[in-house]
Amino acid sequence: MAGPARLTREDVAHVADLARLHLSEGELDLFTGQLASVLDHAADVASLDLAGVEPTAHAMAVTNVLRLDEPAPCLDRGEVLGQAPSVEDHRFRVPRILGEAP
Amino acid sequence: MTSGWQMVIGLEVHCELKTATKLFCGCPNVFGDEPNTNVCPNCLGLPGSLPVLNQQAVELAMAIGTALHCEIKPSTFHRKNYFYPDQAKDYQISQYDEPLNVNGHLDLPDGFRVGIERAHMEEDTGKTSHAGASGRIHGADYSLVDYNRSGVPLVEIVSDPDMRTADQARAYVTELRAILVASGASDGKMEEGSMRVDANVSVRTAADAPFGTRCEIKNLNSVRSLGRAIEYEAQRQIALIESGEAVVQQTRHWDEGAGRTEALRSKEDAYDYRYFLEPDLVPLVPDAEWIRAVGDTLGMMPAERRARLVGLLEESGGATDAQRDQITTVVDLGLDDLVVEAVAGGVGSGLALARTANEAATDADAARALDPKSYLELLMLEAGGLLSATQAKAVLAELFVRGGGDPAAIARDKGFEAMSEDSLAATVAVAVDGHPDEWGRYCAGDDKLAGFFTGLVMKATKGQANGKAVAAELARLRG
Repeated sequence: MAGPARLTREDVAHVADLARLHLSEGELDLFTGQLASVLDHAADVASLDLAGVEPTAHAMAVTNVLRLDEPAPCLDRGEVLGQAPSVEDHRFRVPRILGEAP
Repeated sequence: MTSGWQMVIGLEVHCELKTATKLFCGCPNVFGDEPNTNVCPNCLGLPGSLPVLNQQAVELAMAIGTALHCEIKPSTFHRKNYFYPDQAKDYQISQYDEPLNVNGHLDLPDGFRVGIERAHMEEDTGKTSHAGASGRIHGADYSLVDYNRSGVPLVEIVSDPDMRTADQARAYVTELRAILVASGASDGKMEEGSMRVDANVSVRTAADAPFGTRCEIKNLNSVRSLGRAIEYEAQRQIALIESGEAVVQQTRHWDEGAGRTEALRSKEDAYDYRYFLEPDLVPLVPDAEWIRAVGDTLGMMPAERRARLVGLLEESGGATDAQRDQITTVVDLGLDDLVVEAVAGGVGSGLALARTANEAATDADAARALDPKSYLELLMLEAGGLLSATQAKAVLAELFVRGGGDPAAIARDKGFEAMSEDSLAATVAVAVDGHPDEWGRYCAGDDKLAGFFTGLVMKATKGQANGKAVAAELARLRG
């Protein structure tokens, strides 16, 4: 079958790490199998003969959807910060960040 | 630079665009507002919100591309995924493999050409501050986030690694800043973060040797920091190599106080951003007509503006080195129109340039907002000897405070002059009669001589005449 090399357990561990998901050893095994079959399904498309078929970049052939540079109302700050678990000095208070912004 | 070594420098400049609203929503794009007041479901990353591209941001990005001689191409937007609270939605919308502007160049004032690899659009992040004893990220107990800046339109301008000295890097940023301001795309305020520079620096032993391993330096908040950081970083890399160690590719933070760079992260823990095409946006495809229309709105670029002022000084024997510096200052601050209009009104080019570079430049925002006629009148009072240089500076300061006004009236208020309108016409007539050649040239259309006659009248009346009234009388006599 054409297509990318089969997904490894290390790939799944890496993707889980990027998504800040902590997976147990058992879950890694389970999801490696499940995710691999999802990708296999997508790989079926790669096995089709698509010579002469135009690539579809977007479901609708639309370009240049723009809005004018005109201000719209913002949300009320009290309401916005009221949704947050922690607030200080009118700012969202978040756990300590390790490292600079990427 | 240490002998036997050459630096290789490439710069990435992030520039906030001067739009009324953010890139993908209608929240105001304003610096310095109360935290979290310019936010909506979109820039807070709330479920169901959808981005819609700001046309003005696109046109300013195209203006930058045009000013940097780029090809402007069909482009797309991607999601750059990362976990960091400066973006509420956990990704930044940016242009990835199909940027709007590619393959341009920027010429430094000395003629050295720096290639521009790309200038792409993306959204800015929110502003984080780190609470705790250190105030720095290391040792912070927690962080606070203000999303006012989240979604503000940016253009990231990536140069080719063409620069070889810290001076060239400084000149590049200075010239780029001037271009961004002249194109109307940015206010160029590095101190407010509307222009931010990252430097990629490596060293090598010969100009034809392959590039060395580079480090990226962040946190460069001024042109001065940029130069210092590059010099420091190059020396650090040379010392490493000369002691037999290798340069590790990494991101480094410039510590302005300590005067050195510190490692932030190495390539091993480089981020995996998992870019993918932003499904909520469609391709941006500027056609030739649109590109031309944006180009037509572009004003004169700094190089041309400098040449224009140099041209004005030709009459007085050409610009001196000091005057070239003044010209650079005036053009950088966008005040060159004031000089041009003053000279057109009859003020000597040397005085107009000096007053603009030395005094008007101290409050460039106010100077740009000033009616050029008021400025011309003030300089005419000084040129005519009715105000001393010190008095003229005091009147200019007052014009700035008031946001404009009649310089003669301000001078009178300050007790510098006692103006009256007595026998204005007679005094003008005497001046005209005494200088038939100049009058002839003025009548033949040489409007600059209005300044000459105004100066005479001012001198004769010891400042009692009103510049506007003299101009009106001259125009009346000419018919």
